Amino acid sequence: MAETKEKSLSDEKPKPRVRPIVRLGIFLISHSFLVSIVCCTAGVLALFLLPVLAKNTYISENALMPGSASPMLSNQHVSDGNRLVKDLTNPNSKSSETGIESHKIIAQYMLDLGAEVSFHKFHPQMNQFHPLHFFSSPVSGKIQENYSCSSYGINTVGIIRAPRGDGKEAIVLVTPYNALKSGFGEALSLGIAYSVFSLLTQVTWLAKDIIWLVADSQYGEYAAVAAWLREYQTPKFSSLSTPNAEMCPDVNNLFELKGHSISGSKFSNSFRRAGTMAAALVLKVRDQNEQFEDTISIYAEASNGQMPNLDLINVVNYLAVHRQGLRVNVEKLWPLLNSSWLKSLGEIFESLAKVAKSLYPKWKFGIPATEYVEGTATLASSLYYQALGVPTGPHGAFRDYQVDAITLEISPKFSLDKVWRNDILLRGGRLIEGVIRSVNNLLEKFHQSFFLYLLTSPSKFVSVGVYMIAFALLIAPLPMVAASLYVDANSSSNCSKGDSSTPSAITDTDEHGIAIRSWRWLNSAKLVFIVHLWGAIVSLLPYFISQIPDCSPTTSFMIWVLLSILSLLTLNSVLASPLACAKATQEKEWALVKSVTISSVFIGLGLMSVINFATAEIGALLMVPMCLLARPLKLDVRAGTLRSFCRLICNLVLGHIAFPPAAFFLLKGMLDGFGNANVGDFWMWVESLWAWNSATYLFIGMVQLPCWVLCVSILFHTC
Amino acid sequence: MVLLQRPHILLLLIDTHQFLQCWIAFGSANEEGQQQEEFSEELLVKPLPDHKLLAHFHFQSSAPPSTSNGCHHHLFPKAISQLVQKFRVKEMELSFTQGRWNYESWGGFDPISSSNAKPPGVELWAVFDVPQHHIDASWKNLTHTLSGLFCASINFLESTATYSTPEWSFPPASGNVRYGTLPCEAVCTENLTPWLKLLPCRDKAAIALLLDRPSLYRGFYHSQRLHLTSTESSSEGIDSGIILEQTLTVVLQPNSERAIEVHASEKHVQPSWSLSSIFGKQVSGRCVLAKSSSVYLLLDRGLVAELKFPNKENGKSAANGLTSENFWSNPSFELSVNPDRIFLEESSSHSKSLSILYMFQVEKYSESEPFDIGLMWKVPVAWLCQQTPLHASRFFMGSGNERGAIAISLKSTQFTEGFMSANSKDGSCELRVDVFQVVPWYVKVYFHSLRVFVDQQPRAVSDFIEKIHVSPSKDKMSPGVMEVVLKLPCRVNTAALTIEFDKGFLRIDEYPPDANQGFDIPSAIISFPNFHASMVFLEDDSLNRSPLLSKFQEKCPVMSYTEVLLVPLTTPDFSMPYNVITIKCTVFALYFGSLLNVLQRRVAEEERFLKAKAAKKTGRLPLLLSKLSAKLRGRRREPLHSPPSSSSFINSKLVLKVILVAGLAVGWQYFFS
Repeated sequence: MAETKEKSLSDEKPKPRVRPIVRLGIFLISHSFLVSIVCCTAGVLALFLLPVLAKNTYISENALMPGSASPMLSNQHVSDGNRLVKDLTNPNSKSSETGIESHKIIAQYMLDLGAEVSFHKFHPQMNQFHPLHFFSSPVSGKIQENYSCSSYGINTVGIIRAPRGDGKEAIVLVTPYNALKSGFGEALSLGIAYSVFSLLTQVTWLAKDIIWLVADSQYGEYAAVAAWLREYQTPKFSSLSTPNAEMCPDVNNLFELKGHSISGSKFSNSFRRAGTMAAALVLKVRDQNEQFEDTISIYAEASNGQMPNLDLINVVNYLAVHRQGLRVNVEKLWPLLNSSWLKSLGEIFESLAKVAKSLYPKWKFGIPATEYVEGTATLASSLYYQALGVPTGPHGAFRDYQVDAITLEISPKFSLDKVWRNDILLRGGRLIEGVIRSVNNLLEKFHQSFFLYLLTSPSKFVSVGVYMIAFALLIAPLPMVAASLYVDANSSSNCSKGDSSTPSAITDTDEHGIAIRSWRWLNSAKLVFIVHLWGAIVSLLPYFISQIPDCSPTTSFMIWVLLSILSLLTLNSVLASPLACAKATQEKEWALVKSVTISSVFIGLGLMSVINFATAEIGALLMVPMCLLARPLKLDVRAGTLRSFCRLICNLVLGHIAFPPAAFFLLKGMLDGFGNANVGDFWMWVESLWAWNSATYLFIGMVQLPCWVLCVSILFHTC
Repeated sequence: MVLLQRPHILLLLIDTHQFLQCWIAFGSANEEGQQQEEFSEELLVKPLPDHKLLAHFHFQSSAPPSTSNGCHHHLFPKAISQLVQKFRVKEMELSFTQGRWNYESWGGFDPISSSNAKPPGVELWAVFDVPQHHIDASWKNLTHTLSGLFCASINFLESTATYSTPEWSFPPASGNVRYGTLPCEAVCTENLTPWLKLLPCRDKAAIALLLDRPSLYRGFYHSQRLHLTSTESSSEGIDSGIILEQTLTVVLQPNSERAIEVHASEKHVQPSWSLSSIFGKQVSGRCVLAKSSSVYLLLDRGLVAELKFPNKENGKSAANGLTSENFWSNPSFELSVNPDRIFLEESSSHSKSLSILYMFQVEKYSESEPFDIGLMWKVPVAWLCQQTPLHASRFFMGSGNERGAIAISLKSTQFTEGFMSANSKDGSCELRVDVFQVVPWYVKVYFHSLRVFVDQQPRAVSDFIEKIHVSPSKDKMSPGVMEVVLKLPCRVNTAALTIEFDKGFLRIDEYPPDANQGFDIPSAIISFPNFHASMVFLEDDSLNRSPLLSKFQEKCPVMSYTEVLLVPLTTPDFSMPYNVITIKCTVFALYFGSLLNVLQRRVAEEERFLKAKAAKKTGRLPLLLSKLSAKLRGRRREPLHSPPSSSSFINSKLVLKVILVAGLAVGWQYFFS
């Protein structure tokens, strides 16, 4: 009986063979709920597992050979450096208001070593919002506006030519120095750089030229370095303001130095160059310090989450730890260090690892809980600064020209009396010497090691191959859920409309209806498109708002919000039908909207992960749960079950958190405490983002905000 | 026997000057006479302003036209003469250089710097005396021969993508010139040894004895050069045969307690030096094969002006009285050996003061009494060398792997300002600058984007460029060549040429092993045809014979080389081919698989096949399995609804069992270990 029935069925409708890949796809789509839960949990879990999975760093490029040569920096050079520090901190040198004197002293010291010296005068360039200049390389053709004589900085540049080198490559050493109000730390950093510089004029092993840039940091360290780099890489041959600037008296004052020096040919007021830059080190010494050890902090993040080659960090770390006995630090998110939940998570991982190790002795992935907490804090800060897309120091300017650069900040442990000062000069100098020597050994540019990585400690890293997994798991359910929603929406409306219960009843007469239904998603797509268009408009608005003179951040922010809402309403009334669905037949409209939203979010996150992975990761953490859970509140209220109640709560919470300003304030509150939060802060933050050409700004404006608006519109959908 | 004896005769001949004279007088006039093979060696030492010392070795061998004595030579290196004969080289210059010539402190306006300052690496140019279509073949053969001769990779200049044909800007202007450089060639002793082999006394006697390898390669600049000129023997008139000129220019740091001196840096006294202290060796005796061997000490114009010789005003009279002590016992320095002769430069138009040349004849010294000249400075002296009219530097603009621009910036050096203003009395004073630039094909230069900036103002190209010749590069075939003649006003302060380029892509097998280092762009040559670097010394007859000094008298245009540039190109991940092959194969397999699937599928037939299959009984094995399971369960066999459902049923059971067993195993392991 059963057999015959089956036979008749198969007679009626023979099943075509479905290929396994399609079958798998259909399976996943039909179980999208389960899949999305599993994938999202796994993604978040994988993110928390990253500190456990971090590998030890190793020096990948053999040519670097750090520490293979014994340091040559002797006490003689240290005392030279000390002499410079004394001369700079001498009150006589500070008599001049413009700080020209100290520049002269530095230049004279460089000249005495036989280096080529030149001054680079620059006008600080205001960072402005150029909506179309994201991702473009720094432009040279900008016409400078009227600069007054008073506002300019002077970089002092000394160049040692490698005696037997061919001058094709150069290593840059940068010491920011503010001649007007320099702390002792800055003078000390100059002392360290000078002692290294004086050594390098004598050594025979130099293969690359050495450029020592004393960056005038009175307009910011970054601005000075960026101005010098701009002149180095994209000089302007025609400048309109030059005759103007030459009239300024101070400049002529500076060039008097030429007369004093005996080897006058070494000094020139023209811009001097060496070859292609191989690497750059920015050296700073912190003034006061609470640490009990000499520590050295490494800052590596450049704009848009670009990192220097890992080998550069490795060399510094290796030399500092194993040769000079300095403690190496990378930035941490300090509030995370004390969080108990992280500690307990670390303990869980630790005990799990213990169990695993007892099962099979070769499974050694466990790390102690304290180490886990520290690793997570470092990883979080690594993610945060990469996601922010704002460089963490003057080294960021180099990365814009594809030069690997890091900032080293030395924090000496004691109050700086004579002995300790000499010690820090010697050790810091030897560290710099070692790094320069390693880079000097390089035959090729840095290419062996990683460029895409997250640090979990100075000697541990997570490479792109590992951290991509967490992100991929997070966004994997998006296309499936989108597909299943689309299928559901189509089939359910089919069912509601068709009078016959079996799909076989669909006849030719209904074909027209199918065609219309299958194109119904276009309606939702239009809505999504409009919201994204609005997002683009919103992200352009600050450009116009910033033109308004005398506007406090708070008012600017208010204007921005108002204009955004206004433009949303206008766009909506002009271009789109109201969000509410009019027809009863389109009761599943929200599902289609959600499906298209999810697809667009998937595309946006995918694109962003290529540009700046960390932003995409954090964005995915916020947006993926919101997108997946979004469901009209009315339906949940109507259902009244526990499950729908939970979903309701989750939706409400996520809907608040994922709103970019809310997320910002939450993060800020977590880091600094909620006490001093101000509405204007968000405006300032956004301003800094666009000033640094951070792609995060675009992401927030064009992906996250539209997504949030769409999700909220789904939540308040009237079905 | 005769052959063996001949050198001895020759030695004798050269040894005694009087005898030579009389031998020539009596010798058969048409064959020997003036056309004797000759060799002379000279060394010129010159203190440089930045506490360094320039040593310029000059060896010159000349051979009479080859017909005079067949293919045999007494002194002249046979390898070179064969090379000249075989490839019919008219003129050739090969230089190996390490380090950079510092135009700012070592000068660029004197004969030494304008002909001996070379770009780093290997530079080779040659003029051939063959028909146009044979030139390339001759060049290729020549590069291979030289490569073997000098143990260098000159053979890489063989491919057409590496050498170029300058039309007119290159000094030996002629259509038959080929020019090529290898900027990244490492130069070391292996190149010097074959070069020394060409000398008749090698480095075993006289001046060449000073060529101590460690001290040479410790120097700041080191350039060994080989220049040969040949006159075709068949041509009428004066035949000089082949003249081979070998020069070695080194810039050394006299290490007289340098460390102390630097740290006590208040007094900028030039370091004192002697030949034995800088080279670690002394000149003992002479090379008996050499016609002359002498050492010169040159004090250049700037230095002489600073020294203020007592009777500078009546210098000419002093030069006549060569024994005058005024010139070498100066209050500011002291020579350890009395010079044999002193030459004063003839008044030159370029500078007010004149340089002084001290000559020492090595012939007088023997092994028992070696020659060692030393100079001791007593007071600090600072001076500047005469520089080229414009200081040229070249650099890259832009960043990234996509495009960029090459900029050549010319800056006026104040040094020659006076001269130029003196020249500009007649209103239309113009400074002619020739630029010769070769760029490899992977730097795709857009010649239309050439822009000229004069005194920081963008100017029309046609205003300042008098003549331009461009041959665009062909991919993997020939480099791009640009020859420009600029006419700048004399008063120009700065001038700049910029030209944009795109970076090309290479095939994976075209990358060198160190592709990530970047690719070199050879130096551009900036020459100033209006200016001639020459030093004419007041001479008498005996001076005529010094090849070095006669070389100085030649009017060669002032030339300078710019820096070698390093352009980073996009490099593939060299482990990528494997990945690319894998991915490509996968994509192809998927594509063709699905395409074939679609093509061969016939829907109707498939349905019929399915029907037929359904009509038949289900397969043997599933049937058996289901029977078995039914028996095990003790239940009646149920018909199979559909294969997937049953398989998933079995699978889930299986998975459960596997998990159970694994869990048991884990538990066992955990509790009993």
